[in-house]
Amino acid sequence: MSAYVMWWIAIGAAAALSFATKLAGHLVPSRVVDNPRIHAIAALITVALLAALTAVQTFTTAQELIFDARVVGLAAGTLALMLRAPFLVVVCIAAAVAASLRALGWG
Amino acid sequence: MDSRLPRPALRRLSPTQQQALGVSVATGAYGLSFGALSVTAGLDVWQTQALSLLLFTGGSQFAFIGIVAAGGGGAAAVATSTLLGIRNGFYGVALAPLMRPLSWRTRVAAAHVTIDESTAVALAQRGSTAAILKARARQGFWWTGIGVFVAWNAITLLGALAGQRLGDPTAWGLDAAAAAAFLALLWPRLDHNVHIWVAAGATAVALALTPVAPAGVPIMAAAVVAIAAGTLTYRRHKTSDEGAP
Repeated sequence: MSAYVMWWIAIGAAAALSFATKLAGHLVPSRVVDNPRIHAIAALITVALLAALTAVQTFTTAQELIFDARVVGLAAGTLALMLRAPFLVVVCIAAAVAASLRALGWG
Repeated sequence: MDSRLPRPALRRLSPTQQQALGVSVATGAYGLSFGALSVTAGLDVWQTQALSLLLFTGGSQFAFIGIVAAGGGGAAAVATSTLLGIRNGFYGVALAPLMRPLSWRTRVAAAHVTIDESTAVALAQRGSTAAILKARARQGFWWTGIGVFVAWNAITLLGALAGQRLGDPTAWGLDAAAAAAFLALLWPRLDHNVHIWVAAGATAVALALTPVAPAGVPIMAAAVVAIAAGTLTYRRHKTSDEGAP
């Protein structure tokens, strides 16, 4: 099976599971999941995954830990977030800082 | 061009509809970064568009292409995307008092557009009577859900087509852009100490496992941190509340 076909299958599976998750919420009787522990864990899973994705995307290449222009780009993005910049501005600042450093020959 | 033209039309929209359109445009705009990042990660324009049309939940879509870019496999991409989508399941529950009863056909449509933004706008509505509240919440949900769907998909296509012409993604800093996109999705959720500690723990676990585990696994391992922290926090919370009704 080619990688191209494998990714189509993965997209189909992810989409089906996403829809099933969304639909399940509209079907279950509220009292079944209206449990503070389950709500707390669901919120924490979201936080943990986004933090892990940020870390892996910033500090790793393949299986190596690497410190390069991405780290400085993310620091600039963090500053933009602290100044309450909108999503697109944050993303563009991070990209611009990393791209500039690379244009200057670092990272 | 007469700049006053759109105003009467906008004024005819209810405050809820205006809110929904604002959220739709703002959210749709970052479909541009998703589209561009997806094609530079290695998916083609069709696959990128399929993710926006069918998966349709931003965080999971970014996670999916993050695994593709990292060289991970399909199973890891599906698992991470699905775990990140769990919260959408809880949105249907939170919306139940406002949205139910729903016919089967409406329920299927509502499920597909049950995302962060449509839920937030629906739950943010206020009304002097239960009937007004319910009508506003439903309007907010549908206008935001459909509005984001249309804007997100249209702008994903623009981003994907632009991304194809970019050449080397790192020269444009697109790898840093992807990291910043995840952080920007995380940022508003760092509003509790527990969330900050879990984010720190997840970061440490993911980085520690990167050299030794296949791509995608370190990210899923971070979910274990969340489940452990959630279980412990809840237990402590319950103990401190003992005696309360």
